[in-house]
Amino acid sequence: MQKDKWLFEITPKNNLLDLNLKEVWQYRDLLMLFVKRDVVTLYKQTILGPLWYLIQPLFTSIVFTLIFNKIANISTGGIPPFLFNLAGVTSWNYFKECLTGTSDTFKKNQAIFGKVYFPRIIMPMSTVISNLIKFGIQFLIFLCFYLYYVFDGSEVRPNNLILTYPLVLLCMAMLGLGAGMIISSMVTKYRDLTFLVSFGVQLLMYVSLVSLPYSLFEKNNLAWAVDFNPVAHIVEYSRYVLLGEGTVSQFGVIYTLVFSVVIFLFGILVFNKTEKSFIDTI
Amino acid sequence: MEKDVILKVENISKQYRLGTLGTGTITHDVNRWWHLIRGKEDPYLKIGEINDRSTKGSSEYVWALKDISFEVKKGEILGIIGKNGAGKSTLLKILSKVTGPTTGAIKSKGRIASLLEVGTGFHPEMTGRENIFLNGAILGMTKKEIQSKLDEIISFSGCERYIDTPVKRYSSGMTVRLAFAVAAFLEPDILVVDEVLAVGDAEFQKKAIGKMQDISSTDGRTVLFVSHNMAAVKNLCSRGVVLGNGRTLFSGDIDSAVNFYLKNTKSVKKYKNNKTTKLNYIAEVFISDINGKSILNSLKKKKEYFLNFILDLNKVEGVKFGTTLISEMNEPIISFPFEEEFKKTSKYHLKIKLPTTILKGGSYFVEAALWNAGEVYDKSEEYISFDLLGDSKLEKSGEKIKGIVLNKEEWLTKNI
Repeated sequence: MQKDKWLFEITPKNNLLDLNLKEVWQYRDLLMLFVKRDVVTLYKQTILGPLWYLIQPLFTSIVFTLIFNKIANISTGGIPPFLFNLAGVTSWNYFKECLTGTSDTFKKNQAIFGKVYFPRIIMPMSTVISNLIKFGIQFLIFLCFYLYYVFDGSEVRPNNLILTYPLVLLCMAMLGLGAGMIISSMVTKYRDLTFLVSFGVQLLMYVSLVSLPYSLFEKNNLAWAVDFNPVAHIVEYSRYVLLGEGTVSQFGVIYTLVFSVVIFLFGILVFNKTEKSFIDTI
Repeated sequence: MEKDVILKVENISKQYRLGTLGTGTITHDVNRWWHLIRGKEDPYLKIGEINDRSTKGSSEYVWALKDISFEVKKGEILGIIGKNGAGKSTLLKILSKVTGPTTGAIKSKGRIASLLEVGTGFHPEMTGRENIFLNGAILGMTKKEIQSKLDEIISFSGCERYIDTPVKRYSSGMTVRLAFAVAAFLEPDILVVDEVLAVGDAEFQKKAIGKMQDISSTDGRTVLFVSHNMAAVKNLCSRGVVLGNGRTLFSGDIDSAVNFYLKNTKSVKKYKNNKTTKLNYIAEVFISDINGKSILNSLKKKKEYFLNFILDLNKVEGVKFGTTLISEMNEPIISFPFEEEFKKTSKYHLKIKLPTTILKGGSYFVEAALWNAGEVYDKSEEYISFDLLGDSKLEKSGEKIKGIVLNKEEWLTKNI
């Protein structure tokens, strides 16, 4: 008798790193529809609509400029402080949105996850992609100001390494998604982490060089506070390639790359392990 | 034939932990992990208990499902029957991959789609058309598939006029129609349908059941149907599996399965008051047959049954007593007020004939109360419950009867 060929099996355990990419690919339309849903519905029934995408980073940068540069007199080198902050905020925002957007995947979607099956990873992936679109819009506005300052005679010039910028984005996405998936998996059982995320992210911003240059930390012998924070390296690096000023070390680049990949893989691992039975514990 | 088997369920078990999750959970997790790294078996798998909701157990782990095995052949409609808490929904959840089994495996040769609930993932801000795509994709269709069926889906739903309006402006009925239209055009190899689907108006139910029959008879696809409605199960399915307390009690052709279920599920329970803190006013409630023998299985329509109450008035005077049958849907069906006055004797045995001829098939709860001028001495909404087997042609065909009770008068027909 010939051996039966089964289309799929449902078993209690799965392979640790079984991403099931084939299945994710089958559901690619769903991924894009979720992205569309996120983008389209976010600012429905608001008057300013997508303008909110721009208002948030612009105003944050203005406030940062006023507080850190005008009042506290922090020097941003040859770069106009506003542009310095805008570059930092734009990059940081992408990471932050990826992290907070994915960190409650299971809890936010328990109604839908409890009824139908599709590869759960579609959800956080769609968050990362729709945030990328949001980032694109914010990056465009950054470019507008950038060009304005260039024509205005400021000494901002992109670096040769600008070509590596997509890699920076990838790093942020992996970091945000990885950490988000780990947190969302743990939140299914222990809700404590939700509280940690909301204020932890806020604290993290101060040591992520969003509005402060690395040189300032160095000057005050506080470099250790940011050296182990991969997000700080990413923000500083992105400012370096975009504006031509910043402190970039080989250690920082390698550390960040390795850290991002490890967090990302670990995130997938934990997420995969959780997705099968989280519905029983949430 | 082994070849025709499209779905194979092998020793599926599912364990649940009762109570709330809290600080205690982490010690169990640590213990489990400690056993795991030493290569030992999960210690909590051994202490699971049979899942019987009404008895108090010593373990906080229960088996919602224990060693369930069956096979489904291609084109078959398998009925899964069992009482509340028998494990039907858990089995469906595992089949539709919403949650994983604790042990065991399910092997399938086809795509499984489940209609546990229609309209999952509808976004209120998006238009009907956008939601068709989103919902279809969630259920596993590709964009191309949906596109090709879009016109059919829209016309089946009957919401043409509203299709470009956000769903939040829809009436609830329209939302359900649209959602069901999407689900109806799914083309899975195996369709899993929960009875929950059949909640809705009569038209919707008819559509749902009709669609299921179509799916298996014309397209030769496999359907797993879960229901309490014996008439519908008997009518639709060819084979049945009876679950009870998470175990397979019976598996075989549908007629024997239904008979087994009816014979073996003690659907009538006797009520005996054993509260110690309170005086027993309503001491016992049970159903008996014409000879006074107490009945514990499902009631049949053709026989006569009596509702019995043992009352202990504890010398209170001027009390009033009444009882009401409540349907599964929580509607009061028929009341039996006790109009006589209670005499000095403090113990009574009251007996009233059940009007089975006018009751529809289904489950009923018996509510009763003993009160006097605003003071309630004893009351419960669910002293006992019983199942009555419907026997009218309409009920057997699985159609929904709208009225609360059935007519018992005869039609007068005359050819003219």
